[in-house]
Amino acid sequence: MGARLMEALRKLWRVVRRVSGDDGYERYLAHRAAAHPDVPALPRRAWFALQQQQKWSGIKRCC
Amino acid sequence: MNLFSLLVWAGVVLLGAAAIGGIALNRGEPINALWFIAAALCVYAIAYRFYAAWIAATVLSIDATRATPAERLSNGHDFVPTNRWIVFGHHFAAIAGPGPLIGPTLAAQFGYLPGTLWILFGAVLGGCVQDMVTLFFSTRRNGRSLGQMARDELGNVGGAAALIATFLIMIILIAVLGLVVVNAMKNSPWATSTVAATIPIAMLVGLYMYKLRPGRVLEGSALGVILLLLAVAGGGWIDQQPMLRELFDHPGLPLAFAVIGYGFAAAILPVWLLLAPRDYLSTFMKLGTVILLALAIVWMRPEIKMPALTQFVDGSGPIFGGALFPFVFITIACGAISGFHALIASGTTPKLLSNERDIRMIGYGGMVLESFVAIMAMIAATVLDPGVYFAINSPAGVVGKTAAEAVATISAWGFPVTVEQMNLLAQQMGEATLFARTGGAPSLAVGMASIFGSAFGEHLLALWYHFAIMFEAVFILTTLDAGTRVGRFMLQDMLGNLWQPLGRTSWYPSMLFSSAVVVAAWGYFLYIGVIDPNGGVNILWPLFGISNQILAAIALCVATGILVKSGKLKYAWVTMLPLIWLVIITSTATWQKLSSADPRIGFLAAANSLSDKLATGMLSPDKAAVAPQLIFNQRLDAVLALFFVALLWLIVIDMLRVCMRHLRGQAVPPLSETPHYPTRLEEAWARD
Repeated sequence: MGARLMEALRKLWRVVRRVSGDDGYERYLAHRAAAHPDVPALPRRAWFALQQQQKWSGIKRCC
Repeated sequence: MNLFSLLVWAGVVLLGAAAIGGIALNRGEPINALWFIAAALCVYAIAYRFYAAWIAATVLSIDATRATPAERLSNGHDFVPTNRWIVFGHHFAAIAGPGPLIGPTLAAQFGYLPGTLWILFGAVLGGCVQDMVTLFFSTRRNGRSLGQMARDELGNVGGAAALIATFLIMIILIAVLGLVVVNAMKNSPWATSTVAATIPIAMLVGLYMYKLRPGRVLEGSALGVILLLLAVAGGGWIDQQPMLRELFDHPGLPLAFAVIGYGFAAAILPVWLLLAPRDYLSTFMKLGTVILLALAIVWMRPEIKMPALTQFVDGSGPIFGGALFPFVFITIACGAISGFHALIASGTTPKLLSNERDIRMIGYGGMVLESFVAIMAMIAATVLDPGVYFAINSPAGVVGKTAAEAVATISAWGFPVTVEQMNLLAQQMGEATLFARTGGAPSLAVGMASIFGSAFGEHLLALWYHFAIMFEAVFILTTLDAGTRVGRFMLQDMLGNLWQPLGRTSWYPSMLFSSAVVVAAWGYFLYIGVIDPNGGVNILWPLFGISNQILAAIALCVATGILVKSGKLKYAWVTMLPLIWLVIITSTATWQKLSSADPRIGFLAAANSLSDKLATGMLSPDKAAVAPQLIFNQRLDAVLALFFVALLWLIVIDMLRVCMRHLRGQAVPPLSETPHYPTRLEEAWARD
């Protein structure tokens, strides 16, 4: 019972992190490792700055 | 379909029909808000299960074996195949702004019925269809934007019209939202100090997410949400301090200049400092508040006090002038059909879709949820005593400057209200006055506070009221920043054609210049809205509605053109019917705005009546001082409305020309759909 509850909570936490983008850097690292293992990945701060810049250069919020 | 599901759906149809019948035929008796929820849920369920499924399978021929752009072009940042619930969350957060909360609040002046029916049927037959087909066509075109699709599929005329319409809509939208915030803060130290505090809070969160703990958006957001709640309570404390409250007690004009200055600063600051962190906060606030409101309505089951129809269906309404047809359809754009969504459904969302079969849920379902938010806003407006609702929302220029005049006028309409009642309400909400607080935000906040207050504690009314104001202000300011920034990019793009250096988005002089132009453009309309004694909302909101519907018509034109060119003429009515309806309502509304002899409706009639009064010296000195600007503005608005509708007709005729040429077998721009590649992704769930 307790173990299943913990598992469910852990899953919920993963979903929350995923929806909010909190795990973005980990997913970026995973993508880089899979797709371009030879190129060094950006450090965390540079990645975050680049991601924010790209996110807000188009129409992202509506009325 | 087996017998069991047949019985279930028959039950849904019966319940829905009973609920709508009850809402529509009820006269004079109080009706429970749960009937609205029941009617809405049944209409959405039937439409989603049958109409949307039919469009997906038959009209669009959605193909689950086809690789989406997110899969084919996967690059780890913008093209990323994503779980459909996550895409749904992002899509909904992007499309749902303050619009569906404000429009229904204003349209409640006609009674609860017209707005409710339009929100329900406009959404399932129009808005949801628009969002879904645009999402589909953009997904089949590598996530191209609406403007690019218009150019590719219809030609340069359509492309240019879409671009110009988008830019102008942005300007009007930001101005009207700015006006809503200014009216909510006017002479309210509590609201002003709380809204002001959201700016340093957002910057603090920005520093946290960028410098201290880069990329930890949940930690930063949690910190920010706690600080925002403290700011709501802190505003109440400031309101009690005689010295401090002076600092935040301002009339509309200085607040408007503050918003304009803020808009300029926000547009040139780096996104990580203000825009991005505040957007995280506003998204969490928005989702939390919408869920809380739904729970409170189901829990409290409030009674609707507004009649089904009021006498203002004839066009004499105090909140905005104009008869039921066409103005209820103009006033409620977001929540029923909003062209702006086509900009999100093309470009942003398609780059995340992992499979075409998710398009129904995300495109159609996302808009269903937004429509439901609009229904809740309608409930929050109509649970107020109608007298109170009109006292809050009617501008002083219509009902009279003093409290005694206002209650006399409103009571004479048959909506009894007293000065004592309004004073008590203002005192409970922690405000000096609630008379003539136009724009929809204060009345929505009173409605939300009374629903929350009865569910979670009466003594907290003032806190709930200012929480609601803060919640609206936070995402209005986000739309304002984001819109100014997008407007700036679009302007730089256009100016780059004239002189190349102006097109470089990161060149500082070009950035300053184009930001200043965009802010000046919306700042002008905001300034005029504030000095207008009839409240400004009366002019700006219909103009915004018309422009937003015209953008929707452009998206439907593109979709209709593509359907006809793909040999699906017999299904083209799916987009053609909402398109025809939009053309009728926007053209009629524009015609009335131009030609009506009633100065509360016609721009030119208003300009002429004011200039006559000015010439004969009938205006008081303070009114005479601003009259020339108001006259100029009314004429400018007339030109603008005419321009919008000309743009609409241009693109409709262009679409019809392309369709006719195609049907006659003549050359048209070829379909720009990408070829079919089979998907290699496993079951969408397995990845996540």
